[in-house]
Amino acid sequence: MATVELDYLDRLEAEAIHILREVAGQFERPALLFSGGKDSIALTRLAEKAFRPGKFPFPLVHIDTGHNFQEIIDFRDSLAASLGEKLIVRKVEDTIRERGLREPGGKYPSRNPLQTYTLLDVIEEFEFDACIGGARRDEEKARAKERIFSVRDEFGQWDPRRQRPELWNIYNGRIQKGENVRVFPISNWTELDVWNYIQRENIPLPDIYFSHERRCVVLPSGQLLGLSEHLRLDDTDEIVSRRVRFRTVGDSTCTAAVESDASSIDDIIADLLLAKVSERGATRLDDNLSETGMEDRKRNGYF
Amino acid sequence: MDLLRFITCGSVDDGKSTLIGRLLYDSDSVSLDVLATLEKRRHASGEVDLALLTDGLKAEREQGITIDVAHKYFTTPRRKFIITDAPGHVQYTRNMVTGASNADLAIVLVDARQGVIEQTRRHTLIASLLGIQHFVLAVNKMDLVGHDEAVFNEIVANYQAVTEQLKLASVVAIPMSALNGDNVVRPSRQLFWYEGSSLLEHLESVPVPADANPNEPRFQVQYVIRPQTEELPDYRGYAGRIQSGTYRPGDQVRIWPSGLETTIEAIEVNQAEVAEATAPQAVVLRLRDDVDVSRGDTIVPVTAHPAVTREVEATLCWMHERPLKVGRKLLVQHHSAVVKASVTAIVHKTNVATFESVGTDTAQLNDIVRVQLKTAGPLVVDDYRQNRATGAFILVDDQTGETLAAGLVTETNPDLFATPVAAEPAFSI
Repeated sequence: MATVELDYLDRLEAEAIHILREVAGQFERPALLFSGGKDSIALTRLAEKAFRPGKFPFPLVHIDTGHNFQEIIDFRDSLAASLGEKLIVRKVEDTIRERGLREPGGKYPSRNPLQTYTLLDVIEEFEFDACIGGARRDEEKARAKERIFSVRDEFGQWDPRRQRPELWNIYNGRIQKGENVRVFPISNWTELDVWNYIQRENIPLPDIYFSHERRCVVLPSGQLLGLSEHLRLDDTDEIVSRRVRFRTVGDSTCTAAVESDASSIDDIIADLLLAKVSERGATRLDDNLSETGMEDRKRNGYF
Repeated sequence: MDLLRFITCGSVDDGKSTLIGRLLYDSDSVSLDVLATLEKRRHASGEVDLALLTDGLKAEREQGITIDVAHKYFTTPRRKFIITDAPGHVQYTRNMVTGASNADLAIVLVDARQGVIEQTRRHTLIASLLGIQHFVLAVNKMDLVGHDEAVFNEIVANYQAVTEQLKLASVVAIPMSALNGDNVVRPSRQLFWYEGSSLLEHLESVPVPADANPNEPRFQVQYVIRPQTEELPDYRGYAGRIQSGTYRPGDQVRIWPSGLETTIEAIEVNQAEVAEATAPQAVVLRLRDDVDVSRGDTIVPVTAHPAVTREVEATLCWMHERPLKVGRKLLVQHHSAVVKASVTAIVHKTNVATFESVGTDTAQLNDIVRVQLKTAGPLVVDDYRQNRATGAFILVDDQTGETLAAGLVTETNPDLFATPVAAEPAFSI
């Protein structure tokens, strides 16, 4: 009999490594979409476990909206360098110029929806047949219905009613020309699982995940948005200085900060166990636009 | 903390989504902003519609039904749970099969006013076919039958006939009202005559089958790690997940289907050598000899005996609108191994309501059929009832890439066995 005891994190980890290796085995030109957030950072650790002492069989790809926090960009570059893996960066700004797209308007102009164009362009440029992402099913109810291997047509569209049945842990990545597959190795992880894993594995994170003093604008909803040059503020806006941290990391124009004194991973986990507001609900302005915000964006090729 | 994966199944309107909503709600797993979204859609009666917690797609909310498998997660101090909510409509049976393939336990819901119906039999059959060990008969809507113990007892007796036919060992029946929260998380005053545990108490205490790992060792190669660097010019690591059993360095092993023999030099987990590794760990095996091994090959101790065969008999759950015909060419995907195959015969079809076998020459969407398959290259498989990991495969359309069927190995051609596997089917499917 085995003496190895596996807890639920070991099982989730084994599942994710198995999925990453299936990507390596089934596809010719995969890529790992790296956002600089904790989920994609955790993915790079899982990729190390899946492929070391070899190289990753895929590059890291970052879609840079130009609205990212500088800390995230710096962290991205140093992580790629320390991993010794190839990093491809494509800028939404270039897509806007080349395709003649309209810059988003409003006081808090989010380039989040425009990322989809850049993503589809980079897929075409490198002929990626599989893109690995750090999305999780517990994030949002449309995501809860997503497969681990999610087949997209040449426009990147997700058709929830025509998804392939996904049986056991057998992943069918056969596609036709023009199609590609989005792969979500940590589908079955929750926000708390990711934090517990980061703690267990001692994974370094960008500073903005931890409590710090930041000048923020108070939104009508009461949410706090970190000040940046991308916001179009006027005299009526209330600017405050608060101790905050970020629970998710996305565009600085649509990712709110939460007030917190949590300065270590232990503190964050303790915070989370008490937290009564979900991750996307607390911090994402884009999902609150409509009840089906995520489903609509996924249908159009978003992650 | 361990992990239990369970599926909820039942007919339309049995209250599945409400039950899951109630489990999440009463175990404090619903966050405030999600509750706020629910509040916006509060019923005229003042009740919060808990089903909205799982129905994620636009069409589902519009039609008030569940179309696709949804996954939900919650944790109690005792256990972490992954819930698969499978649709109840007959036309979505394939999604029920999908959900059941990854579950350790099935909650079969019935409406106390209707009792055991055809869907109950169908879902219990599919869940048992897919190897689920533990069953909960959730007799829901007890509030609508006056919390009557006699009604409950009659349903339990009817269900017993089903479980006896299928030889199910672990079945627990619980009377409840998901709408009112009776016996879901908290015990019920109205159902005072029931002395067993609430649903959540049962889910927290039922043994997790994955913890028992009695099967022979099986390991399939997913990927070959070859750094070819100056420091590691000759390193070859065979990366994969242990499907069943336990492996140790020094084990004498055979590579299938080639049959070559060698020894495990080292087992690495995260680049560190370990003294032992067990299912379902993801590991790297290094072998003593430079033998030919590639993706899809199986590595097992010389004392283990998988079937190595080009002919299998299997139960299929057909999942595609285009029906199956004998002679159809397709692909078998057995985890990381893919081979061309052809269906040589359809033996019979199972009437999912009566469990009887009937003759057929085709399989339609949602049919369960027994077939014979011939493959272009050898498969290394086990009887599904003996090994859920290695007895499972899918059929894939070689042109479109679509998944056509779930396959469960039931018999392998004895002439080609490494060693014959003795298996007497418990019942005919």
